[in-house]
Amino acid sequence: MAATAAEAPPAAAPAKRGAISARTRAERKLGWMLCAPAVIVMLAVTAYPILYAVWLSLHRSDLRFPDKTAWIGLDNYVTVLSSQLWWKDLFHTIVLMVFSVSIELVLGMLLALAMHRAIFGRGLIRTTALVPYGIVTVVAAFAWRLAFSKADGGFVPVLLGLEKDPLIVTWSTYLVAILAEVWKTTPFMALLLLSGLALVPDDLHEAAKVDGATAWQRFWRITIPLMRPAILVALLFRTLDAFRIFDTVQVLSNGSNRSIETVSQLSYNTLLTRLNLGLGSAVSVLVFLCVLLIAFFYIKFLGANLAQQRGER
Amino acid sequence: MSIDRRRLFGWGTAEAVIVVAALFPIMWLISLSLKTPATVGDGRLIPKEWSFDNYSSIFHQDIFTKALRNSIGIAAISTVIAVTLASLAAYAIARLDFPGKRLILGASLTIAMFPPVSIVGPLYDMWRTLGLYDTWAGLIIPYMTFTLPLAIFTLSAFFREIPWELEQAAQMDGATPAQAFRKVILPLAAPGVFTTAILVFIYAWNDFIFALSLTSTTRAQTVPPAIQSFTGVSQFTAPTGAIAAAAIIVTIPIVIMVLFFQRRIVAGLTAGAVKG
Repeated sequence: MAATAAEAPPAAAPAKRGAISARTRAERKLGWMLCAPAVIVMLAVTAYPILYAVWLSLHRSDLRFPDKTAWIGLDNYVTVLSSQLWWKDLFHTIVLMVFSVSIELVLGMLLALAMHRAIFGRGLIRTTALVPYGIVTVVAAFAWRLAFSKADGGFVPVLLGLEKDPLIVTWSTYLVAILAEVWKTTPFMALLLLSGLALVPDDLHEAAKVDGATAWQRFWRITIPLMRPAILVALLFRTLDAFRIFDTVQVLSNGSNRSIETVSQLSYNTLLTRLNLGLGSAVSVLVFLCVLLIAFFYIKFLGANLAQQRGER
Repeated sequence: MSIDRRRLFGWGTAEAVIVVAALFPIMWLISLSLKTPATVGDGRLIPKEWSFDNYSSIFHQDIFTKALRNSIGIAAISTVIAVTLASLAAYAIARLDFPGKRLILGASLTIAMFPPVSIVGPLYDMWRTLGLYDTWAGLIIPYMTFTLPLAIFTLSAFFREIPWELEQAAQMDGATPAQAFRKVILPLAAPGVFTTAILVFIYAWNDFIFALSLTSTTRAQTVPPAIQSFTGVSQFTAPTGAIAAAAIIVTIPIVIMVLFFQRRIVAGLTAGAVKG
């Protein structure tokens, strides 16, 4: 406290208003200068390309026929939205997203509770549980592909005596993709939930215990409501991530099996395999809009909850 | 006494399940990587014949050694630049008062949610025009961008905890501003900066989609897309063993990081995501 007063420039005492505004102005300028590089980079590499994507999506632009480029308005969107492929891929993406995120939420909560309450070996489970988080997604996907694919000599088909390659059948490909996602990202979910768990005061539990509440009741009535913000943040991040799923499906499908192609795959394939920038950009913009929509619903939901919580206290 | 023993047993079992579940896929990869080409497809969990041929074969392939070099270089440079830019911004956000602060945090949050696939097409087109396609810079720029939000959130959460009055106290004791910053603030800020660097490095090391779409040759291709284009020990063998060996090699740095910096990684992830 004393240090702050002593550090203030001597001019501050007599001409308070002028001096403060000069200081404030200098502080503002410094603030902007320090933030400028980061902001410029972020805008240049996301805002500009997305606007460019919107512009491309309104054109017929195919790299194989560069001289046929022309403004065609919303035609690309009409093409995409009226194609079965988009809706099929959107369906695949949503199935993967819903299953993997809900399984992760349950397992992540169990893992977080284990990390929080373990009597011994807490460090050990924290460390090993973090390993999947750090593993390169492509490597994780390969681990699952090499285990399940008959063509790659996996042990699972041998173990289960399967006739068909599980990575050719649609439902089992879904299953392997969801397993791979859940394995890879449950630790992330668990860590976010763990930080929420740390916010739940122990004495509330003690008090409820004295009043005769069972462990189950304490979990549902105390832990969950207090953790709600952390749960929603974790769900938001994981849902958006799961919607963008690319690596896992790309590796599992081995580039040829399209049975569970996702919207990211569709966008990538149209853009970079078929080199149709116009059509591909339309898909990209639609993926972006879906992400915005998901984020919007969560933030509205999240905001409402936060306000409600503050009201209760 | 018996209840305690039962609880201990319960926890032991639960922890064993967690450890096995977390590590089993890696065990399987290690086992595959040690099999000989003849036994790689036998579906056995433990190799019948052990060999390091897969490892020596990938290190004799240009595609892998160059990809490994690219991965290390690109991830390291992206980390340094992203952490530097984010430190400046996070310092301003944590310590200075200026309008637009919330806007910057809001914009960062939006970018953190941004689907990379939405800008892959435009970047591909732009990078070809600008001559950035298939170069290190062509990957460093997107990695830097996509890790900046995480880095800014994490660092500003750490910086907010630093008792900045110490700086003035040191100056009162006769230190110059530079000395005060270097000797007092820097040691306090270093753990946060270091933690952020680990998270940024993991992101850049992990990326697949940008590396797949913005590179085409060994000039800039990183390991994740390179693994896909492997050949086996000889032209006529399946690349399974080689893929497994390469997968293990790229996993090693991450496992070492996790083992040494487990606490920091946990602190960084939770600080950035929840407190930010």
